[in-house]
Amino acid sequence: MASFDQKKITEIHQHLHSHLPSDSALRVKALETILVEKGMVKSESIDRWVEVYADDIGPKRGAHVVARAWTDPAFKERLLADAASAVDEMGYKGPASGHLKAVENTDDTHNVVVCTLCSCYPFAILGMAPNWYKTAAYRARVVREPRAVLEEFGVKLAEDVGVHVWDSTAELRYIVIPQRPQGTENMSVEELAALVTRNSMIGTDRDLKVGA
Amino acid sequence: MHQNNDTLIPLQRLDDQPSFDEAWQAQVLAIAQNLVDEGAIKASDWSNALGVALRKHQVDADTDTPEVYYKAALEALETVLQDKCDVPQGLMDERKADWTYAYETTPHGEPVEL
Repeated sequence: MASFDQKKITEIHQHLHSHLPSDSALRVKALETILVEKGMVKSESIDRWVEVYADDIGPKRGAHVVARAWTDPAFKERLLADAASAVDEMGYKGPASGHLKAVENTDDTHNVVVCTLCSCYPFAILGMAPNWYKTAAYRARVVREPRAVLEEFGVKLAEDVGVHVWDSTAELRYIVIPQRPQGTENMSVEELAALVTRNSMIGTDRDLKVGA
Repeated sequence: MHQNNDTLIPLQRLDDQPSFDEAWQAQVLAIAQNLVDEGAIKASDWSNALGVALRKHQVDADTDTPEVYYKAALEALETVLQDKCDVPQGLMDERKADWTYAYETTPHGEPVEL
């Protein structure tokens, strides 16, 4: 005779549910399935994107662009004139790199980048945006009180240094070219690239450290 | 200190957090960008939808978090699919129910498929 063990059945039910993805994960699976069925995306492309942008790229492409600009004046000129082409020249063409502008820090100018609408970011060369970049707090405040926000990141600007806030859009994204630190004259491009922080290319870092 | 309403969370505290806590969060951005790359939607369609969703959800310190950001991003993606790609909400709900059933009925250890 079949027995009915309510406790056991409850355990099995809970065990099954413990493997059930979250509501959001299930919604995303649903979207992906529909779009693959419609031929609008490929599962491999989604997986590849996640792999490349979540793990592989990070900000190192941008760091190489900056290091080359520091060491190759002709490249820097091309970068400032047409960043998309200059980045393409380095083999870093990718999604959202097509509309890129490079802005350069100087002794009397500091640049900082935001997307006040959402979170537009040059991820093809900087990887994924940091979480603070996506917050309402950053998006609102850096426009209104950039010096205060920069101070919270440890960047204390002298009064005579002007701040330029660049608001990204879907069609135009920015990379800041930080100033080359003193005492790096004999460093290779690779060594210089290692000094360039992600935040310095967004503008929430300024004085790069040598041998940190 | 800055005590206005937009001073929601200490920004620098988020500096070293991973970009994604769960795989679906990366997949949302991946799907959106693939749709842009394939020309199914315009980059501005995506950024506008995301902007609207963020304004709706990131309203105070408790909601100005990565978790809520990705919740808004998923909602924006669903909106764009309805508005620009002719994917009705009913179809999304149906597929989600299919996946839920598949997970609940597939023995542990076996691949979950529709």
